[in-house]
Amino acid sequence: MRRLLPWIGIAALLFLLIAALAPGLLAPADPLAIHPTQSFRAPSFAHLFGTDESGRDIFTRVIHGTGASLLIGVSATAIGIGLALVFGLLAGLGPRWLDFGTTRFLEVLFAFPGLLLALLFIVVYGPGVVTSTIAVGLATAPGYARIIRSRVLVVRRAPYLEAATVLGRSWWFRLWRHLLPNVAGSLFVLVTLGIGQSIVWASSLSYLGLGAVPPAAEWGAMLSAGRTYLTSFWWMTFFPGLFIMISAVATTLVGRGLQERSRDS
Amino acid sequence: MTALVSVRDLSVSFGETKVVSGISFDIEPGQCIAIVGESGSGKSVTARALLGLTGGTVTASRLRFDTTDIADASPRQLQRLRGRDIGFISQGALVALDPLRPVGREIADPLRLHGSLSAAGRQARVLDLLTQVGVPDPALRASQRPDELSGGLRQRAVIASAIAMQPRLLIADEPTTALDTTVQAGILDLLERLRVEGAAILLISHDLAVVSRLASHLLVMSTGRVVESGPTQRVLADPQHPYTRSLIAAVPTGRPRFSRLTSAPAAEPVPTDPAPGEPTSFEQREVLAADRLCKRFGSLRAVDDVSFSLKRGRTLGIVGESGSGKTTLARLVLALERPESGDVSLLGEPWTDVPESARRARRPRIGAIYQDALSSFDPRWTVGRILADALGGAAGVPVLLESVGLSPDSAGRRPRHLSGGQQQRVAIARAIAPRPDILVCDEPVSSLDVSVQAQVLDLLDDLQRSLRLSYLFISHDLGVVRHMSDDVLVMRDGHVVESGPTGAVFGAPQHEYTKGLIAATLQLP
Amino acid sequence: MALPVGALPGSGARRSWVPWALLRLGGVAFVLWAVATVTFFAIRLIPGDPAEAILGGPGSQASAAAFAQARVDYGLDQPLFVQYLQYLGRMLRGELGTSYALKQPVIAIVGENLGGTLLLAVVSLIVAAAIALALAAWSARGGRVASGVGWLLEVVAAAIPHFWLAISLILLFSTTFGWFPPVSVPGPLGLVLPVLTLALPLSGFLAQVMRESILDAMASPFVLAARARGEGSGGVFWRHALRHAAIPAIGLAGWAFGSLISGAVVVETIFARPGLGRSLLSAVQQRDVPLVLGVVLVVALGYMLVTTLTDVADRLVDPRLRAS
Repeated sequence: MRRLLPWIGIAALLFLLIAALAPGLLAPADPLAIHPTQSFRAPSFAHLFGTDESGRDIFTRVIHGTGASLLIGVSATAIGIGLALVFGLLAGLGPRWLDFGTTRFLEVLFAFPGLLLALLFIVVYGPGVVTSTIAVGLATAPGYARIIRSRVLVVRRAPYLEAATVLGRSWWFRLWRHLLPNVAGSLFVLVTLGIGQSIVWASSLSYLGLGAVPPAAEWGAMLSAGRTYLTSFWWMTFFPGLFIMISAVATTLVGRGLQERSRDS
Repeated sequence: MTALVSVRDLSVSFGETKVVSGISFDIEPGQCIAIVGESGSGKSVTARALLGLTGGTVTASRLRFDTTDIADASPRQLQRLRGRDIGFISQGALVALDPLRPVGREIADPLRLHGSLSAAGRQARVLDLLTQVGVPDPALRASQRPDELSGGLRQRAVIASAIAMQPRLLIADEPTTALDTTVQAGILDLLERLRVEGAAILLISHDLAVVSRLASHLLVMSTGRVVESGPTQRVLADPQHPYTRSLIAAVPTGRPRFSRLTSAPAAEPVPTDPAPGEPTSFEQREVLAADRLCKRFGSLRAVDDVSFSLKRGRTLGIVGESGSGKTTLARLVLALERPESGDVSLLGEPWTDVPESARRARRPRIGAIYQDALSSFDPRWTVGRILADALGGAAGVPVLLESVGLSPDSAGRRPRHLSGGQQQRVAIARAIAPRPDILVCDEPVSSLDVSVQAQVLDLLDDLQRSLRLSYLFISHDLGVVRHMSDDVLVMRDGHVVESGPTGAVFGAPQHEYTKGLIAATLQLP
Repeated sequence: MALPVGALPGSGARRSWVPWALLRLGGVAFVLWAVATVTFFAIRLIPGDPAEAILGGPGSQASAAAFAQARVDYGLDQPLFVQYLQYLGRMLRGELGTSYALKQPVIAIVGENLGGTLLLAVVSLIVAAAIALALAAWSARGGRVASGVGWLLEVVAAAIPHFWLAISLILLFSTTFGWFPPVSVPGPLGLVLPVLTLALPLSGFLAQVMRESILDAMASPFVLAARARGEGSGGVFWRHALRHAAIPAIGLAGWAFGSLISGAVVVETIFARPGLGRSLLSAVQQRDVPLVLGVVLVVALGYMLVTTLTDVADRLVDPRLRAS
């Protein structure tokens, strides 16, 4: 059973990818179509996930919002890991003082736990999809940077790097052929796990009203809209949240599967 | 006349695999029985079966300790036996003791579990035990953690914990592996004393010399079965089974230079050369010379005024215990560290005094193999890639593999799927690929089984003769060094205490330390 | 690298821990200063006139005189560097300014709300640790059910957004069963759902870390040696494995605190609990600069405290670290 799980994750991701690239296949209706007479309907056969305050079908909106939401997750992860690579490599490869300085810098960033760094960024640059994406990327970067740095430090001391020196390999060769590939291996897992995490955080920001705004058919925006109707019309927040969770679980399953595979091989 | 321990037809399986089958032996009180075998022979599992701690399925027609039938005993009964009537001394004491607890607590545990002393009484007994096993300053040591003690002291602490309740049987699983020669001798003396005082000992070891020192009877195990058994003297003097014979033949101690340790044919045809070991007049070129090397780490003098000269085609052995500085010396020779003073010259040219860019072109002239071959390989590369990288192309890989005794289809495999001996062969192949003049061998066989060790040593001999290699051979094992070297350096605390041709140094040692080392080295009778 | 036998670390007198403590304190002070500086200059990047925000936000109808007065009141007419020094000075005295929106001293606002958030965080941490420990102990006994549940919880922990968990819990326990109130009420009953929302994901992470550590310890040679001395399964777990499991868990504590604070922002909002999280959110929404600054600084201080405490705890549990 355990071995099946990553495949379930992949299957879920494929489904989401189809929803992102060809939403019409799964939900042919118009996500922006308003039907004021049918607002606040509970889930039923006609409306699988119910309707929102303007009568829009939530199922359609969730499916059509997949693309935008996945894009946000991928972008935020790209920003986070990109920054983390720069800092992690600098700290791990550079001279002592560079490592010291970078680690102190990261420590300072760490003193802003999680969401707070993102919130600070949003205070300065205002709410919105773009700022919340960047904010999430910034907030996740220090964590990844620390992981990358310690991986670089471990690989740097590895005996096989010394064996390459004895064979007469230049510093450049050792960097490109040995060090970077062995560091990059662990990155793959980070990226997969990171996408799920970023989607969760970005959606949390949207839920708080600091991210995407309606009427965009994007999960976060839908959350934001449904906030006020939490207990009365629960389906407005429940279903987008469910899809967010599915995306995150799927990427986590795939990521953990990759981790186990690299451990066994 | 009932034996203390009686075992008949013992078999242990893990799932479908049978790792031990048909073992039978008896142990009398005050007797030491040894089980000898290499890794995978099942000897450790057999020993643990007496404690009921194999983790697998145990069947036996008889598995008796005193009056208890171990196969049928309840967990409660077994728990009472363990630590009180049977003491267990395991190998690698660094991991046999909980790194987070003070050593004194670990020793006091059997007292707490089986005895009725108060906490103060236990404390006093712990100090008493530590003194018994020869640990100086017991009050201090009891409060320290395992990583604060040296290897020898740790092993003594483990022994103290095992004898705390004065058990009638001691099971010692590789009690002296990874210990320095002189330390090893001390531990064996201690075990002998315990035996004389009345304990029965079941000794597990791969080292025939250790076994011959302590045991009156031995069993030779291979792949889960006993292939030969009998009184120690008889088995070692007149082995019947081919495996026993090859095991004895594989031990390098006391075997002359260039004699073969295995019965396998030489990997390369031996060229018609003058007799090995005799330098020819035109081959006296010096390939490697060190002049008063010094290297410090902080206040520690790792290498102190060391000089030597290595001639072409010869082997210089460097022998010393841990902390003698031999590994640092190897790193200086390979120019992985800069010396504080002194220098090394390679083939007549300066080696350590020049920048790395000037050295790089000459690096192919000197290669290295290490104790842990696996960690010297990039974990993402296959064997083929590793060798192709060293050769500069994939063309010569199959021939290279064959020259070290590996089949060409090893090229597609990853080193971590190979055995220890195969990994070392790949390392040797990589090292000789650029056709070097010198090979630095830093403890290359220390973590290998005796028979595998013999194969690798024979391979190194063959390669030396066919490729005209010069070796810097570093080891703590005097027997191996003596077998492999033409000249030898004895190191201690960073400096050379004695040096010269092997025969002279080992035959007539001058320095006290050398004499002590040789005396502590166990020989097969 | 081989060390000579005599020079083993720790042998002999124990080194005093005072230099280490001083170094840590210095580090904490440095980070706090850096946090304050970063926040100060970050806030100054906000486009628009702060005076506008003070007087009720954009579109304020206040007169020019009111603007000028507000600037003087809040020291906004000084050069930037002077403002920075004044800000540092005030901070050292413990004055964090006055909230633009609430017109009260920030210190007072923070003081009022700190208790609620702390209570939530501490209780959640305890509950999470208890769940994690129980799960890890259960896994240690072996059995595929336990490891399956643990694995599942860990994946869930990594993937469930706090708000969704809160919504689901409310739907389940409030709307359907009616056991707990959906909006926080004073007293323990009102704590249950918020604490569960925070504790469950955290326990997943903690459980995974502890479980791996326990399994490693149980398979190690010193546990075999302990068993060979006659130690039973219980003794092995409590005397040996547990301590080893605690090490990574303590290491995570700092991160856990941060995660709890982040979660508190969402949880306090959903359950309408008064606390720092909710105050921070409304401050961000209203661009109430002094309040944002104040809360961020207090949180950073708390975080540094927690990390220092965990460092001390680490050294207590793992004596090997004392030598370094």
